[in-house]
Amino acid sequence: MTAPTVPRDSSLQASSGGLKAELRRTQRRRKLEAVALVAPLFLFLAVFFLAPIAAMLFRSLDNSELPSAMPRTAEVLRAWDGAGLPPEPVFATFASELAAGQKARNLAGVAKRLTYELPNMRSALFATARALPEQPDGTWQKTLTGANAVWGEPATWAVMRRAAAPFTPLYLLAAVDREMDANGNIVSVAPDRAIYVDIFIRTFWIAIVVTVVCLFLGYPLAYKLASLPPRIANLLMILVLLPFWTSILVRTGAWVVLLQREGPINETLQTLGLITEPLQLVYNRVGVYVAMVHILLPFMILPLYSVMKGISPAYVRAATSLGATPFTAFRRVYLPQTVPGIGAGGLLVFILGVGYYITPALVGGAGDQMVSYFVAFFTNQTINWGMAAALGSVLLVATLVLYWIYAKLVGVDGMKMG
Amino acid sequence: MSQTDLSAAPGGTAQNASSQATGQSVSSPHVEFIDVRKTYDGETLVVKNLNLEIQRGEFLTLLGPSGSGKTTSLMMLAGFEVPTSGDIRLAGRSIARLPPHRRDIGMVFQNYALFPHMTVAENLAFPLSVRKMPKAEIGERVAKALGMVHLSQLGGRRPAELSGGQQQRVALARALVFDPQLVLMDEPLGALDKQLREHMQLEIKHIHESLGVTVVYVTHDQTEALTMSDRIAVFNNGIIQQIDLPDRIYQQPCNSFVANFIGENNRLNGIVREVSGGICRVELKTGQSVFAAAVAAHEPGQPTTLSIRPERIGFQPTQDEAVTSLEARVLERIYLGDHLRLRLAVADAEDFMVKVPFADSAEAFQTGHAVSVCWAAKDCRALDPV
Repeated sequence: MTAPTVPRDSSLQASSGGLKAELRRTQRRRKLEAVALVAPLFLFLAVFFLAPIAAMLFRSLDNSELPSAMPRTAEVLRAWDGAGLPPEPVFATFASELAAGQKARNLAGVAKRLTYELPNMRSALFATARALPEQPDGTWQKTLTGANAVWGEPATWAVMRRAAAPFTPLYLLAAVDREMDANGNIVSVAPDRAIYVDIFIRTFWIAIVVTVVCLFLGYPLAYKLASLPPRIANLLMILVLLPFWTSILVRTGAWVVLLQREGPINETLQTLGLITEPLQLVYNRVGVYVAMVHILLPFMILPLYSVMKGISPAYVRAATSLGATPFTAFRRVYLPQTVPGIGAGGLLVFILGVGYYITPALVGGAGDQMVSYFVAFFTNQTINWGMAAALGSVLLVATLVLYWIYAKLVGVDGMKMG
Repeated sequence: MSQTDLSAAPGGTAQNASSQATGQSVSSPHVEFIDVRKTYDGETLVVKNLNLEIQRGEFLTLLGPSGSGKTTSLMMLAGFEVPTSGDIRLAGRSIARLPPHRRDIGMVFQNYALFPHMTVAENLAFPLSVRKMPKAEIGERVAKALGMVHLSQLGGRRPAELSGGQQQRVALARALVFDPQLVLMDEPLGALDKQLREHMQLEIKHIHESLGVTVVYVTHDQTEALTMSDRIAVFNNGIIQQIDLPDRIYQQPCNSFVANFIGENNRLNGIVREVSGGICRVELKTGQSVFAAAVAAHEPGQPTTLSIRPERIGFQPTQDEAVTSLEARVLERIYLGDHLRLRLAVADAEDFMVKVPFADSAEAFQTGHAVSVCWAAKDCRALDPV
């Protein structure tokens, strides 16, 4: 009886080997299909989303102004130990490249970079470049110091040395109100120049208030929508989405018209006799909250609605049949099941709110501008891309940290976008 | 369709059984529906003038097709629907205006409605904690309830980690853990497969017997109703068609709807020719005469539908007056192991089913054979015409 078992075994093995190869072949085809489906979007994201973010993070550390305009000076400065004043060859190299730069007219970048740390460096640099003789008067150190006294100060050369490094923490430090002193220690900036930490706190505070207000306004509405018959619910959903049909600029402009001192809201309140003086509703924080809540509310309602749509009314019924009052049934049975929607909606509104620019810029006052305003300011007005990138990077990191805390508290699976 | 036995008194056996189970007086019913009517749109009545009494400790099943009003009646009792008119009394007290959370009625829902964000033990503790029961007692009761449904090991699991049958048991335990006097079940076994369903039917029946609670059970499955109930109320079109003991519902249906809805039924149409002493003679369309119990046949000339159960039909003709004998032809022979099913052509009907207990003589029934079928007049019921 053993004879027939042997061939049977071997045939089994042979077929299972073939089976594996076949399985691999099928799976390979599936994988290729999946890759082909995802590839276009992935490439798009890589080129237009990931690459710009990486470039922005890089830009916040970028220190290429001096090294690109004065490569040899940068080299000798890096070699110098940084104590006191640099040796004569550094002065000589700097003088020759300064003269060359003056001819080629490429000193503007260096001047701007040095001004970030020492405000009077721009004029000093150009004055020195214009007054520079062909030959040194004795040593180049003496010549340069003679042309402008700043070149005799160790602090100037400490800044020069920092500007010669390939990367700089300058912008990131400035974005959190810190700077380096002459000895290279990180210190807080003078209180009258410390503005960015306050702006970050203000930005997150506005985003939190807007998120909470959206939640309290959106939750009951989403609940009502989810419990209505589909025909009416769809109609009302179109009304919820209606704001998306107009440009954000137009909507914000409309709020300015509505909320201004002689606007319909103030006039109505005065006609009704509720107020005697018109209320200041726009160009302050109230205006920012009103306009941002209006624009971001649908982002709260949609995830809440989709989560609530999936909660069977039988749960609340079961809870009341088990003796829970309607409030207890809501608190202990319904609310916990909507947490994924609250999480998704809250996160969506918060992250969109943190990056808001146009609405606070139009309906807010000077004290209501958010980080994005300053990013735009540095990008468009002062052309300080390093600072703009640093503010953006800090905002990105802070948001990621908040998301991480949220994921720890609620869990990433405790979120449902729709 | 005629409306009969609307406020039928509960069957004697059920009454005795319940009084033994609870040791309480049966003088007042536990649950009463009094002239209850319900409409959703103001035009059609989903429940038409419902009068129903349920005794303490009784297992009553509301049976009917979907849209017959059985679930609406249950929901009105639970408090999730408000009667348009009429009154519902629980232990003599009107509850029509009482919100559901103050009714103290346990309920098992169709898809269990176990809270997905709580563990099994937390689900069971829920009705106790909303009653502000001390922690130690909650733990004790939850453990006891889990033991009752044989799930003591699974208290820490989430409902999603349980099988359908286990979820069903948890739902049952949750509806019973706070000792309600009345438990409602809305098609609780509908989502289970056949084998598990049959097992759970017996288990629910045993729990009912050991606890002595009153159970109102809604189903559209007639086997389930026959297996579990003390009494069955058959619903159709918002009306109770018949309310009676399971065996009487099956053997003595009072109208054609009940006869067709419960079990298998053979129908023959004819005209009543004579009525005397509860027995009538019905002339079939082919001219043959059949004797039948005159249930809904009152005077000669009336059309009627005869109803005969397949297992009440025999093949040995006798000379007895009360036995009807008809010629038939075998159209189809279906072998089912323990018995044989024959589809016969009898009079003008071609779907006349007969159950033959399997015996050696069964070889005789082959397709095309001519046979004669007979039945006692009391087993053939002349009902309203269909």
